[in-house]
Amino acid sequence: MRPIATTRMAAGIPTGRLAIWWVVASEIVIFGGLLVSYIMHRLAKPEWGDHAANTNVWIGGFNTFVLLTSSLSAVLAHKAAVNGDGPKAAKLLYATCFGACTFVVVKALEWNMEISHGFTISSNTFWSFYYTAAGLHGLHVIAGAIIMLIIAETAKKNLELHRVELIGIYWHFVDIVWIFLFPLLYIAK
Amino acid sequence: MIDQYVVALSTYANDIDNLILLIGVLVGFWLILCELVFFYFIIRFRAKDGRRAEYITGEEKSHKRWISYPHMLVLVCDVFIVFFAIKVWYDVKQQLPEPYETVRIVGQQWAWSFVHPGADHELGTADDIKTVDELHIEVGKVYHFKLESRDVLHSFSVPVFRLKQDAVPGRVITGWFEANGTGTHDIQCAEICGIGHALMPAQIFIESPERHAAWVAEQSPVTLASANQP
Amino acid sequence: MAESIPADAMHAHDDHHHTEQSIWSKYVFSTDHKMIAMQYMFTGMAMALIGGFMAYAFRMQLAFPGIDVPGYGTVTASDYNALVTNHGTIMIFWVAMPVLIAAFGNYLIPLMVGCDDMVFPRLNRLSYQIFLLSAIVLIASFFVPGGGFGGAWTAYPPLSAKSQYSLTALGSSFWLVAVALEFTAFLLGGINFVTTAMNARAPGMKIFDIPIVVWMIVVASILFMSSVGPLIAGAVMLFMDQNVGTAFFDPDKGGDPILWQHLFWFFGHPEVYVVLLPAMGITAEIMCVFARKKMFAYKTFLYTTFATGILSFTVWAHHQFVAGIDPRMANIFTVTTLLISIPIAEMCFIYIATLYGGSIRLTTPMLWALAFVAEFLIGGVTGIFLGASGADIYFHDTYFVLAHFHYTFFPIAIIGTFAGFTYWFPKMFGKMMNDTLGKIHFWGTIIPFNFIFIPLFVLGAAGQHRRIYNYEHFPELAGVEMQDMRVLATVSMLVMLVFQLVFFYNCFISWKKKQKDAGKNPWKANTLEWTTDSPPPHGNWPELPTVYRGPYEYSVPGREEDYFPQNVPD
Repeated sequence: MRPIATTRMAAGIPTGRLAIWWVVASEIVIFGGLLVSYIMHRLAKPEWGDHAANTNVWIGGFNTFVLLTSSLSAVLAHKAAVNGDGPKAAKLLYATCFGACTFVVVKALEWNMEISHGFTISSNTFWSFYYTAAGLHGLHVIAGAIIMLIIAETAKKNLELHRVELIGIYWHFVDIVWIFLFPLLYIAK
Repeated sequence: MIDQYVVALSTYANDIDNLILLIGVLVGFWLILCELVFFYFIIRFRAKDGRRAEYITGEEKSHKRWISYPHMLVLVCDVFIVFFAIKVWYDVKQQLPEPYETVRIVGQQWAWSFVHPGADHELGTADDIKTVDELHIEVGKVYHFKLESRDVLHSFSVPVFRLKQDAVPGRVITGWFEANGTGTHDIQCAEICGIGHALMPAQIFIESPERHAAWVAEQSPVTLASANQP
Repeated sequence: MAESIPADAMHAHDDHHHTEQSIWSKYVFSTDHKMIAMQYMFTGMAMALIGGFMAYAFRMQLAFPGIDVPGYGTVTASDYNALVTNHGTIMIFWVAMPVLIAAFGNYLIPLMVGCDDMVFPRLNRLSYQIFLLSAIVLIASFFVPGGGFGGAWTAYPPLSAKSQYSLTALGSSFWLVAVALEFTAFLLGGINFVTTAMNARAPGMKIFDIPIVVWMIVVASILFMSSVGPLIAGAVMLFMDQNVGTAFFDPDKGGDPILWQHLFWFFGHPEVYVVLLPAMGITAEIMCVFARKKMFAYKTFLYTTFATGILSFTVWAHHQFVAGIDPRMANIFTVTTLLISIPIAEMCFIYIATLYGGSIRLTTPMLWALAFVAEFLIGGVTGIFLGASGADIYFHDTYFVLAHFHYTFFPIAIIGTFAGFTYWFPKMFGKMMNDTLGKIHFWGTIIPFNFIFIPLFVLGAAGQHRRIYNYEHFPELAGVEMQDMRVLATVSMLVMLVFQLVFFYNCFISWKKKQKDAGKNPWKANTLEWTTDSPPPHGNWPELPTVYRGPYEYSVPGREEDYFPQNVPD
């Protein structure tokens, strides 16, 4: 049986939401550290613009679109969950997952292409940052998708519907990280 | 304080020693004061039968004074320390007086190599003198150094000068020193650089102008000397 | 939704008392906060023994170079580097953090805020399991080909990044993975500390009714969470530099070794406060109880804590004054570093003011708490020498630095832990500790401690720099007087280590029921953990308490007893 501690709400905010904000905050500083390191390098080294020219803005842009759309379906899932419509929330979560899968597949194809052109992770520090930042983000996308599938399974049975909101918050965070990565890695030439 | 242990042989060594002394006096005062009050309270307010502790919240102004006034005084001490610390720092690290000569210092696992400019006082010419683990300089002259590293971080430390600067691969870091006394002293590597970190001693030879000139002449390549013959 | 069920209408926790648990689920896979606290406590103490053994081995080598150290063997240069590196890493990440934050946090937060467990019990268990795994990985790093990592606990690249420089290809990676896992464990643990203190408080407990130590652990967790991120990113980058061939920190391919130092110290400095604050909280609890005094200016204490926490993010580059950063930056960091002395000084003044007018009983926990303040002051003021850029040119990377931070970390990790452990031992195990043995152990630890590190201040002032396994190659450091100092420090350390046996003996006999039962509230303290049985049952209270006042209402005028527990109605 659950301890009583889990049912209390002295601060007026549901415990799950506090926890997910904690996760997001700690992730923000992790990505923040990585991105600030990248930006400091980038400012000191104008020649990185030439390396960045080899990235494909169209593929990056398509992925941005995919992620934004998946965030929309996450919002709709939350709405459905608030209305108590578990099966609908589950369906929308599956749609979000589909977006995540599309993102990862496109990313894999893109990397494959770049590596075949000889731009590997050890080519120089720009490409090191490119693969590391996008790779770390990609791992978050995959992890988010897996958790979403688990939550969709319970939501289908109208159980633990508050979790739909929590995964939604996480998913927006993953989305926003990409919103930072896209201009920094692709657009800035 | 420090020159009891290590002689001061550079123009800024005494400034650093005095700064350390100043900080020592200021923080020593606070340390002793706090410890005395602390131990006095412990002895004075030991539990006795029939005496109850006082009920003091510390939230009223008249009580808070007891901690807020001292901390204003701490702030004043801080301002003094900051002022003199930055002054010394500026002299040693931020400004560069006109050099008499420039030496190149290269750290690597696990030795220091030095390039002296030789008789023409110019680096990068044929009469440069290269040495390993021996730096020869002349007393009373301003030297610049160009510090580099071939592999990992090292730190060029000359305790008698009170000078320390890390060597970073990929960078050339410029600094200066001026010796004001002669002698032979340690150069130490002060940043861990692998298993041979303890085997990286070098020595600085601070020489009178005559000794130094003799050393330069002795080291100059014979071919060069003969090439200069008419 | 679970949140909507009124808390005290649910008496489901009665289950806790009646379920028979197997040893396996009671001790190993328990989700009970008290058991997880004990797991952290004893893992931390075991790691302290390992870290202490390392100190023994390298101190013996320093005092008597080249000797066959009993129990270890000859300490070679690479052994020495690996020992000092892992001694530092272990004592901070595997002793100070698990014991002060995780063990005391897990044990005290639910008991002090008056609830039956952490709000995420399974996450709590996962946190410990990851922590245990990290400890195993770290210990394993000593047994891989090439031996343990020897690039100092700061792990500056390129030495840590390239195996041709460090000669410990596997050791470096194991070390890094262990540290990253440990960070993960504490990020997960932090979720519980913060959310439990925020949400699971007993009815009636307002935010300024929370005991200081809970506040401190919460603030420490927040500081940890907000500073460790860049270093986790840095650890990923360093790991890739080691194993994938990236060039984040490799100047040959466009990387920058100084970047790591920024990432490391941006975390590294707040980390000092992450372990300092819980120790200060423990000390504050004990001082109030044994001086029978209300905490002097409780709110001011909290505000200075917040100020310290915020300032601690702005001082990191004082570790890098001579590291090749722009010299103008040093001026800014000198100012911020000296500013941080103000809130810390104020906290010390508050401790001293709390003693004023008290009725002080010098029990063993009180001795430890007082020693914490007395010794930490020395560590604090010597930091000013290092924060002042001009003086740091000389002191950087000497034994002065080493003695300074041992005068802060030893009070934090050792004195703070002993203070807390001896104070809460009756609650944890239901028995009083033997006070005489406790005092013997106290004096046998404190006196040698000063005799270890005061000589090291002197050696540092004499220019002895760090991480050298044998000073014979440096004529100015190889003199007889300096060697005598090293011998004095080592002998003092041996004495201190021997006195730790008294502590273990004391724990053992006290636990073996030779001491009297503690009862619920042996110290006559106010906070909630003293209102339940010792040791508390699963679920902590048969009926969860309600809170009516702040935690430090001692010697309230007009009341017969000199304490006023938080749960007693007016």
